Amino acid sequence: MRESIIMKIHYGTALGAVALVAVHILMRLSQNFSDSLSYKNVLVNYHLLPYALMLEVILVLLSVHGFNGLRVILLELKQGRSYERAINYGSIAAMAVLIAYGSRTILMAGMGVS
Amino acid sequence: MATVEVPKEEKDAHAASAPQQSEPKTITLRIARINPSEQHEPKFEEFKIPVQKWTTVLEAILFVKQNLDHSVAVRYSCRQASCGSCGMKINGKPRLACYTKISELDSPVITVEPMNNFPIIRDLAVDFKQMFATHKRMKPFVINEESEVKPGTKEFVQKPEDLEKFLQFSYCIKCGLCNSACPTMSTDKSFIGPQGLAQAYRYTADNRDKGKNERLKIVDESHGIWRCHFAGSCSYVCPKGVDPAMAIQLLRGYLLGFGK
Amino acid sequence: MAERLSNREGIKGMANPTRYGMLRVAYWLQRLSGLGLLAYLIGHIYETSTILNGKAAWDNMLSLTETPGGHIVLVIVIGMCVFHTGNGIRVMISEGGKGIGRPGQPEYPYKAVSLSSKQRLCIWVSIALAALAMMYGAGVLFGN
Ligand code: SF4
Ligand code: FES
Repeated sequence: MRESIIMKIHYGTALGAVALVAVHILMRLSQNFSDSLSYKNVLVNYHLLPYALMLEVILVLLSVHGFNGLRVILLELKQGRSYERAINYGSIAAMAVLIAYGSRTILMAGMGVS
Repeated sequence: MATVEVPKEEKDAHAASAPQQSEPKTITLRIARINPSEQHEPKFEEFKIPVQKWTTVLEAILFVKQNLDHSVAVRYSCRQASCGSCGMKINGKPRLACYTKISELDSPVITVEPMNNFPIIRDLAVDFKQMFATHKRMKPFVINEESEVKPGTKEFVQKPEDLEKFLQFSYCIKCGLCNSACPTMSTDKSFIGPQGLAQAYRYTADNRDKGKNERLKIVDESHGIWRCHFAGSCSYVCPKGVDPAMAIQLLRGYLLGFGK
Repeated sequence: MAERLSNREGIKGMANPTRYGMLRVAYWLQRLSGLGLLAYLIGHIYETSTILNGKAAWDNMLSLTETPGGHIVLVIVIGMCVFHTGNGIRVMISEGGKGIGRPGQPEYPYKAVSLSSKQRLCIWVSIALAALAMMYGAGVLFGN
């Protein structure tokens, strides 16, 4: 992939995440902060489909943005064909793992498995 | 650490030649001495130098060469910030030795070292091979089929506004100060660097040039323009007002679809 | 050894924010906050996954994070988040070639137009917003 496309994704995920994380934080402030974290209330959040979907989108946006940012830092620290290849594929793998792990929580909590 | 005192008669000779001038101050000049084929770390040698308020760092180094230790390796030519030869780290920052007055540094001790991010040849002289090769890779010439030199063709017309779009970037003297200050350059040996990127913009912004797509392709790779994060250090140290950081962002504007 | 002879400054140079003005400080803060936020994201995804293990596990997690120490971490995360956002927007706009001034005829003493007070102001505003958000966050977290 051309670097400009990757960086456009980097900017896009940043802008998307800013808007959605703001909503995510406001949800915590819509009631007393520690009440909003009670087991019951959090489960209610996960059961609300639009909110769960939003969490999923935030998860994808931030994982992509975060690990691409880390990839950029690591590429600049050291160079070499195999190192760079490891960093590129490693960051994609890290994104995938984090997204999978977070999705598992959202999906299972949303379906009432807990 | 060697300390060499200025011989007595030197001081006198200096004062005698300029009777109307203010008394010369004495400063300590610390020069990094290194021969990479023999050692890995520089040794610092100290010299006491008489200076006037207009004495430049280059003049101080040349004073050492003439009077105290002729073996100091330093590269210079124009002595007027035009040739780009005398870049070095002066009191921790990359600067041109011929353009930096001792008085403006406001310190009794001046330390000169070879510029960072360039291989050292010896003492203060560094190797520009990679920077020049990268500069060439940016195709630093007007790309246009309709050459001005063919008989029967007209010269290119350019309005003052057209000239202004790239003029400041064409003042680059290839001194390498920007590459030495750049944070990415300090760890990324494959990065094009601010000097090369600014020159890619200089020709791309020239309305006689038709090589925009070629150059954009060259800079749009993993160690190209995206490794710049607009830390601005290049523009902070550039002695010619080239403002490479501006050139890089304008060039990136083309890739993001903002530039015309 | 080859790299030592190439005289690159290395990580120490890259991570030294002191020498080249405010934009370099912003670059440094952006990197640090980015790394901090990524670490928090990973931790946050892990901590919230405890909800799948039932109320006891969730409450146990809360008893570990809803502490003064946990709140201090959260306040720092709020600051990093707001700064990274504000400064990130400035950098994005600038990297599109906007807000960095226009090329012209450089004049002595050759101050770079792109390092203008507008850019520096945006950085200070990002820092101020981060500080305000941290104060507000601390009020909410410790007020409880
Ligand atoms: S852009 Fe400025 S600092 Fe960089 S090489 Fe050219 S003149 Fe020197
Ligand atoms: S000697 Fe030519 S730039 Fe300094």
